[in-house]
Amino acid sequence: MQLITAIIQPDKLDEVREELIRAGISRITTSRVTGHGQHQQLHGGERLYRGQKVIPNLLPKIRLDIACNDDYVDVAIEALLRSAKHGEGEIGDGKIFVTELKRCIRIRTEESGTEAI
Amino acid sequence: MIDKKRKKKTLEQMLCIGCLVLLPGMAIAADAPAIDSGATAWMLTSTALVLLMVPGLAMFYGGLVRTKNVLGTMMHSFAAMGIIGVLWVVIGYAMAFGKSTMGGWCGWNPDYLFLRGIDDVILKCGVPEYVFAMFQGKFAIITPALIAGAFAERVQFRGYCLYIILWAILVYNPLCHWVWAEDGWLFNLGASGAIDFAGGTVVHISAGVSGLVAALYLGSRRGYPATAMHPNNLVMTLMGAGLLWVGWFGFNAGSAVSSGLVTARALTVTQVAAAAGAATWMIIEAIHLGKATTLGIVSGILAGLVVITPAAGVVKPAGAMILAALASVVCYLGLLLKEKLGYDDSLDAFGIHGLAGILGAILLSFFIRDSWMIDAARAAGGSWTVIQQLLVQVKAVAVTIAYTVVVSGIIVVLVDKTVGLRLHEAGEKAGMDYSQHGEQGYGLINLS
Repeated sequence: MQLITAIIQPDKLDEVREELIRAGISRITTSRVTGHGQHQQLHGGERLYRGQKVIPNLLPKIRLDIACNDDYVDVAIEALLRSAKHGEGEIGDGKIFVTELKRCIRIRTEESGTEAI
Repeated sequence: MIDKKRKKKTLEQMLCIGCLVLLPGMAIAADAPAIDSGATAWMLTSTALVLLMVPGLAMFYGGLVRTKNVLGTMMHSFAAMGIIGVLWVVIGYAMAFGKSTMGGWCGWNPDYLFLRGIDDVILKCGVPEYVFAMFQGKFAIITPALIAGAFAERVQFRGYCLYIILWAILVYNPLCHWVWAEDGWLFNLGASGAIDFAGGTVVHISAGVSGLVAALYLGSRRGYPATAMHPNNLVMTLMGAGLLWVGWFGFNAGSAVSSGLVTARALTVTQVAAAAGAATWMIIEAIHLGKATTLGIVSGILAGLVVITPAAGVVKPAGAMILAALASVVCYLGLLLKEKLGYDDSLDAFGIHGLAGILGAILLSFFIRDSWMIDAARAAGGSWTVIQQLLVQVKAVAVTIAYTVVVSGIIVVLVDKTVGLRLHEAGEKAGMDYSQHGEQGYGLINLS
């Protein structure tokens, strides 16, 4: 079992979600987060504020947490790569982290392990 | 507005009691009537109240869409304040309240362009014409903003701007002229005119029907109806509905263009109808769903307010209650039917404004106060029955619907084929706030 954490641009959330569902991954958790990228002023950084383009300190992003069985890790990563890019890929498109998942328990049934994912 | 126009037309008619009492010498000094400060003060207040409805509508609609579209949706209302606010002064008032021209299609008075000719005009009812023109301008602003509820979450901003400009010129101004100008043909239909006190046909039916036409042409939002599309902020929707209720006192009671008995009647039935609509919707939901919802009660408030809009000058409180209860029932059934049919009138511009507007404009015939019918009979030279008035009302509604469907249909196709009205797929996925305005609505929730 692995835990995939993806940080993506907010405007790509719908596309990413739809692509994941198409790839057979429908169990996800999302949250609004803010953070620093590699070079924040280059892309997605500008927001209009009273007519001025300003560069915020911290940029809004969306974080997705996807717990999946080992077979699905590559499927999920490919779906994320297909859908989270702007065009050919731009700075600010985000990142994917994969970590080992020790345990997983479904509260309703108390199942645990790969069954519970 | 009916009453105000009557005053302009036949001063000796009974509806101008206030003016006659206050201005006995008006027949002699007809060129320069004195200012009726009471009426003027109320009309100034009403003008501000009706403007308050526009941000109210922005909050109402803004709360109902998804988070990524909250600013884009509120912008539709605010853009109307800017665009129509200018357009009305430049050309709108001249088209709506000038003398009938082009076979009665619209009015025209070059003196009204930029409101040049009314700088020192006091209307015969003692209100400066500037106040009347501004009051009317607020109606012209809110009407296109109402339409935006039907195609929420899926239009391009520049296309929307062009749409409301064309719509105001080609749909609103002519309709306004027909129904409210003293030489408008619907104003003079039947014994005493088609009754549309504050905008059942001009505002609500035209906006609702145009919204339906646009929603059908543009198609549903991506994923509708399979995907749940939850309101992002019902708290804001409730506050918006509250502002609309308050503003509606200006909308309806201001339409008396006086400060007296007619005003009091309109204000009373407005209050009664809003309350009865709200109560009825709660009861329906409690029976049908087992729970009364906040979205339900605001829908009931609006259904009640819309249904009484055309009728506020002629019905009594009991009639207002019945009309509002019927409006809630019909609109509730309409929303159920919408789900069956599957078209995406996103925020129910037609489901509430269209349906309740039609209902009010037609059914008001059965609740008209006796004194109005007696006067109508006198004007008809003998008798005037409920059925005769009903036919006048049905004709006014049918004409409004037919005209609106055709012209607004042409406008929506034209705009979509030229600058584009339907938002492109990527923009719709990203949301209007980001794709159309480069902003986000709720930045405060996160660190920034």
